[in-house]
Amino acid sequence: MAVEASRRLHDGTVCFVGIGLPSLAANLARRTHAPGCVLVYESGTIGSKPVELPLSIGDGELADTADAVVSVPEMFAYWLQGGRISVGFLSAAQIDRYGNLNSTVIGDYAHPTVRLPGGGGAPEIALGVDDVFVLLRHSNRAFVERLDFTTSLGDNVRVVVTDLGVLEPRDRELTLVALHPGVDVEQARAATGWDLAVADELRETEPPTELELLALRALRTKGHEHA
Amino acid sequence: MADIVTLAEAVRSLVHDGDTVALEGFTHLIPNAAGHEVIRQGRRDLTLVRMTPDVVYDQLIGMGAARKLVFSWGGNPGVGSLHRLRDAVEHGWPAPLELEEHSHAGMAAAYAAGAANLPFGVLRGYRGGDLPALTRVATVTCPFTGEELAAVPAQRPDVAVIHAQRADRRGNVQMWGILGVQKEAVLAASRSIVTVEEIVDELDPRPGAAVLPTWVVDAVAPVPGGAHPSYAHGYYERDNAFYVAWDAIGRDRDRFLAWMRRHVLGTADLDEYRASLAAEALTV
Repeated sequence: MAVEASRRLHDGTVCFVGIGLPSLAANLARRTHAPGCVLVYESGTIGSKPVELPLSIGDGELADTADAVVSVPEMFAYWLQGGRISVGFLSAAQIDRYGNLNSTVIGDYAHPTVRLPGGGGAPEIALGVDDVFVLLRHSNRAFVERLDFTTSLGDNVRVVVTDLGVLEPRDRELTLVALHPGVDVEQARAATGWDLAVADELRETEPPTELELLALRALRTKGHEHA
Repeated sequence: MADIVTLAEAVRSLVHDGDTVALEGFTHLIPNAAGHEVIRQGRRDLTLVRMTPDVVYDQLIGMGAARKLVFSWGGNPGVGSLHRLRDAVEHGWPAPLELEEHSHAGMAAAYAAGAANLPFGVLRGYRGGDLPALTRVATVTCPFTGEELAAVPAQRPDVAVIHAQRADRRGNVQMWGILGVQKEAVLAASRSIVTVEEIVDELDPRPGAAVLPTWVVDAVAPVPGGAHPSYAHGYYERDNAFYVAWDAIGRDRDRFLAWMRRHVLGTADLDEYRASLAAEALTV
């Protein structure tokens, strides 16, 4: 997932990064084909170049290696709302066919079955960047017909990378456009809670290159590994 | 002018039952020791405000100190849920918790408005989705362009509590690294407490440092290590293992209560808390 996402980042892409897979993908891009990719963490670090993957978005290494460290109000007002960030990574507990995301509650808002952490930066990231990349494990608990809560809108979602393949919007609806090697369409359909549209020309994603695997291994944090 | 006092004195005189209290910190410089002192002194009915409530808010909520939480992301960063926060929201344990939920951009704008003595913050946000109908947000029209924008009521806590690297003997506070929304929180609040790693004779300049002059701070308390398990840039690193370990401690009510009784209620201050944690580590 991280490899496929990283390939969509380029030199000069200014990228709003969350912790976990997005951080891995962005750092992988920076260490392979896109050394000029600019990593922005919502804690206020701009141009971070961590050697080791951070556990939190505010780890000291992100500040030490940044070009600039700004306050959180400045981050959201001047940099995100200011239109200076091109790509934002989001994840969620649920996604619908339009790329709308739920990271707020499962169940009813007032009496939730599961209280999730909440939107954080997501609502404004989703509408404040040019391109939203979603990274999410493929299951019919996550890929649902109807969200329990709409935390952020899917208007700018350009791609959803899962552990099974890649979805892109076609006429607004997320459509399966690629599968990872060894995965078939039925697996993706079974893991999607709506009637999944499949592109006529279904690609197979390129497996990680040797360089990508080396860079991945170098980046893994102790105890917190993401494939 | 800030008084240089002990943390216990600062909390006793400046944090009252029923107050709106913002213990701010954005992964860095989180005032954990101050939160523990609020718990030790048994404060109740607090409205807790924080953009990113994490472990110390889980502890305050689980110990029944809070009536309401104003927040934008409540989790254990890089680890998962806050189980005490979830238990309060999902099951009303130990008491029901009212939520006022915002986005980060909205909370940041609300603090900045509070610091600026404005009645509301304005942003291009809260567009679509289900949250706007469930929280305190309204629409304003730009008088110049006609654009519709979101308005969030200014955040004006009764008390802001933050942790900083250091202060001088007059109580001028200096902090650097990731500074989150702490300066805004102090300037937006009626009263403020700053715990610091050390008190020094002179604040020599540091790159990227912010200084809060002594006359905007009520109390400065020297509490070296007071951010743990968060970190103080230039002093000590984030205790990532603690955040990971908290998941299992916070998950179970009895284990949580036993942990809090042993390490927080059963200790008088940060030194005893640290000794208590060290003693437990030796027995594991």
